[in-house]
Amino acid sequence: MPALDELTTPAGAGDTVGGVPARLVAAPRDTAEAAALITAARGLSVVIRGGGTKLDWGVPPRELDLIIDTRRLTGVVEHAAGDLITVVRAGTPMAELHELPDQQLALDAPPAATAGGTVAANASGPRRLRYGTARDLLIGITVVRPDGTVTRAGGKVVKNVAGYDLGKLYTGAFGTLGLITECVFRLHPVPAAALFVRATAPPGHAARILGGQFAASACEVNAAPGAEPELAVLLEGTATGVRQRAAAVAAVLGGEVSDTRPEWWDVLPWPAGGVGIKLTGTLSQVPALVATAVGAGATVRGSAGAGVLYAGFPPGGACPDACVEAGRAVELLRAAAVRAGGHAVVLTAPAGVRETLDMWGPVPGLALMRRVKDQFDPGHRFAPGRFVGGI
Amino acid sequence: MTSIDALAARLRAAIGSSRVLTDRQELRTYECDGLAHYKVIPALVALPATAAQVAAVVRECAAAGVPFVARGSGTGLSGGALPHAEGVLIVTSQLREILDVRPDDERAVVQPGVINLQVTKAATPHGYYYAPDPSSQQICSIGGNVAENSGGAHCLKYGFTTNHVTGVEVVTPDGESVRLGGLAPDVPGYDLLGTFVGSEGTLGVATEVTVKLTRLPEAVRTLLAGFASTDQAGAATSAIIAAGVVPAAIEMMDALAIEAAEAAVRCGYPAGAGAVLIVELDGPAAEVDAQFDEVSALCVEHGAFETRIAADDTERALIWRGRKSAFAAVGRISPDYIVQDGVIPRTALPEVLRRIGEVAAEHGVRVANVFHAGDGNLHPLVLFDDAVPGQAERAETVSGAILELCIEHGGSITGEHGVGVDKATFMPRMFSDADLDTMQLLRCAFDPDGIANPGKVFPTPRLCGERPGRRQGTHPRHTPDVAEIF
Ligand SMILES: Cc1cc2nc3c(=O)[nH]c(=O)nc-3n(C[C@H](O)[C@H](O)[C@H](O)COP(=O)(O)OP(=O)(O)OC[C@H]3O[C@@H](n4cnc5c(N)ncnc54)[C@H](O)[C@@H]3O)c2cc1C
Ligand SMILES: Cc1cc2nc3c(=O)[nH]c(=O)nc-3n(C[C@H](O)[C@H](O)[C@H](O)COP(=O)(O)OP(=O)(O)OC[C@H]3O[C@@H](n4cnc5c(N)ncnc54)[C@H](O)[C@@H]3O)c2cc1C
Repeated sequence: MPALDELTTPAGAGDTVGGVPARLVAAPRDTAEAAALITAARGLSVVIRGGGTKLDWGVPPRELDLIIDTRRLTGVVEHAAGDLITVVRAGTPMAELHELPDQQLALDAPPAATAGGTVAANASGPRRLRYGTARDLLIGITVVRPDGTVTRAGGKVVKNVAGYDLGKLYTGAFGTLGLITECVFRLHPVPAAALFVRATAPPGHAARILGGQFAASACEVNAAPGAEPELAVLLEGTATGVRQRAAAVAAVLGGEVSDTRPEWWDVLPWPAGGVGIKLTGTLSQVPALVATAVGAGATVRGSAGAGVLYAGFPPGGACPDACVEAGRAVELLRAAAVRAGGHAVVLTAPAGVRETLDMWGPVPGLALMRRVKDQFDPGHRFAPGRFVGGI
Repeated sequence: MTSIDALAARLRAAIGSSRVLTDRQELRTYECDGLAHYKVIPALVALPATAAQVAAVVRECAAAGVPFVARGSGTGLSGGALPHAEGVLIVTSQLREILDVRPDDERAVVQPGVINLQVTKAATPHGYYYAPDPSSQQICSIGGNVAENSGGAHCLKYGFTTNHVTGVEVVTPDGESVRLGGLAPDVPGYDLLGTFVGSEGTLGVATEVTVKLTRLPEAVRTLLAGFASTDQAGAATSAIIAAGVVPAAIEMMDALAIEAAEAAVRCGYPAGAGAVLIVELDGPAAEVDAQFDEVSALCVEHGAFETRIAADDTERALIWRGRKSAFAAVGRISPDYIVQDGVIPRTALPEVLRRIGEVAAEHGVRVANVFHAGDGNLHPLVLFDDAVPGQAERAETVSGAILELCIEHGGSITGEHGVGVDKATFMPRMFSDADLDTMQLLRCAFDPDGIANPGKVFPTPRLCGERPGRRQGTHPRHTPDVAEIF
């Protein structure tokens, strides 16, 4: 069994997570090496790094000895086109998965994001309305547990109810339950045609699209203080069908049909150093949520069709003013989200401000979640303190 | 007074005398689910009327250290709701209220005992329906659907129960009520909702379920195609998928299944067909029409000698009637049969169907195939006559060999009926010890004392608190219990 120092290298200046510097970095090449590494690293605190596009999401780790980087855990292991599935190593950039011939992994994720990170963060973009999120498209997973055990759940077929669906547990767990090394995804055919309809319209008009017979793949809102709110709808399907439906949507919303996406499409609405908040709520409450967030000075984007919105505030200068302001905004949006039957989670905030915020907010079922964490990671070494309730 | 008598007294005090059954004749009603060859009479049956009463029952069980088993409509086909001889069977049939239908939010909130089809009936006037449609939808409960992660003919396009449930209220095995998920998506924290769905009653009892409602499609078109062989029908299925069409359903029946259906309901499928495909498309009318022409052409190209298109709802119902009655219909051509449920990658269909035929011939039994071709979920019906000595055993052998074939081809031992007691011994063929241990970590988080539906899903549960991978000797909790007598 290789020793820890054969598997790791000293961390460099850039090897930090949420401002916390690591001591060591390792980049295992396959599941076996990852298992050897994690076994050798018993007792060390660990954070996993994929493409690093979202490493600043969540609370900074309580402590950090080792960063496990997935940049060498890459490659498509299998693409069974006839079965519409693919098996990929966790570090594979999404860019590679955006290029499967005639088929797609229908997740909106930036090219630099990795498959594993996309699963671990369970972030989602506009097309979740039609295709769901990583949670819905992941059908099998290989994970190295914090004690070094290699474990698989699910399989390679879409329909499968054998045993617990642990893939769901690791999805959105932000690396707190182990290192994902391989994922099996369900794929979709690339649609023959796609068109966007873009309109200046209040978010409430989205209901006309959802309640109609347009079978939209995405229905996005974009709203900011002092600007007219916009709606944009993506239609996918056969060439003729898409043309007809796009024309009908344009008529309902009074908008324009285009084959290019709006410049704000799938772009998170906060600049570097800003505060980014995810808001969820019931569909009928989306307009109220948007109104509250815009009223508080946020730019809001997201899926009116799924009830998942992102609100962004620009960088606010130095504390304490910025902290007070951010704290007030979070409180306001959290109350609005709760009224809407959902939640407000602060995804990112500048250092200094972050420490003053309750990033995750109240979470139902927390006691049960702690028990899950205790079972999977009894030493609390993986991403310590980053997740809900200090998990 | 035995401990069960004492428990009965406490339950009567907690939920009322009429809701606690101890009479042996009454208990017998609940001795099995849809898999009738496993039978166990429960020590007690509780019929709670509210979520609070379910919690009270579970709390008493936890305090007394007595196992409990949840039961919905009892239509399960893997023995998941098989009672525990020393335990309490918690029947949800009194919890049958649709609490809220919210078309504007595309949600409905229902009690666990609500029948699947009732949700659609409540949503239809608003232009919506509940998409997961197991063939048992007229009788099975939503709670049972959640526990089994049930599917149906339409999950090829619309997904399974897990994709349509956004919240559950669960009574965990310590008697606490907890909400997992809700009306809105993406509740922060671990996706415990996602792990509860499909957990077969081993993590607690669902007392309220929030489901997604789906917009009724503008158009639905259904086609029946007759082929000479299952190979041809399989090739047509692959061609449809390869063309980028995602039908709402693609179902296949082979010659023997067709024969059975004809005998039972005279569905008038193409004479002499070695296989039929039922392909259904739904969505915007223009889209459906264009894709329908493509699908028809692909069927003909791959050897369909007859294609029939349903002109209206009556004709559509007729096409589906043969398929939907197939399980029951098999009773007309064979005194006994086993319904198997396994999954293979779609591309392995021709090879696996051929091998099933060979194995059946080797053992001198017949196998009728009726299945969800679009997602490779096989339902081979292994026919036998219990009156003929040795046939039941041979049918068992063939049924097991079919699961081995599924595993060999990278598939699964169950696509929708669950593991239950029936397939627990197959779990180690599909998963390693480490994989099963990892599932037990989750189990221990919910149910440290192992009182929720013990003996199901896992061949050998481990003691919670014991670290995985260090198991030695006989498992202390693994004393033979009723589940293993059968
Ligand atoms: C501008 C922008 C736009 C975005 N738009 C979208 C969008 O439209 N749709 C969408 O889905 N996402 C979107 N995202 C989010 C982003 O795609 C995901 O958060 C990202 O996929 C995470 O991948 P990563 O490889 O960069 O992970 P990282 O940022 O490196 O890590 C993210 C988290 O996952 C953990 N992690 C990483 N790899 C593993 C592993 N192998 N095993 C266990 N845990 C692991 C990390 O510890 C960390 O907690 C956007 C992000 C940005 C910056
Ligand atoms: C003719 C026929 C056709 C069928 N077709 C299909 C099909 O197409 N697709 C399919 O998926 N299945 C099918 N089934 C199987 C069965 O109908 C499903 O598994 C169904 O979901 C079981 O629901 P139930 O209410 O009958 O549950 P039960 O049989 O009562 O219980 C099933 C399991 O769920 C657990 N359970 C029940 N209620 C709860 C609760 N409230 N909380 C926690 N656990 C609970 C039980 O403990 C048990 O493990 C079919 C069955 C029959 C008889």
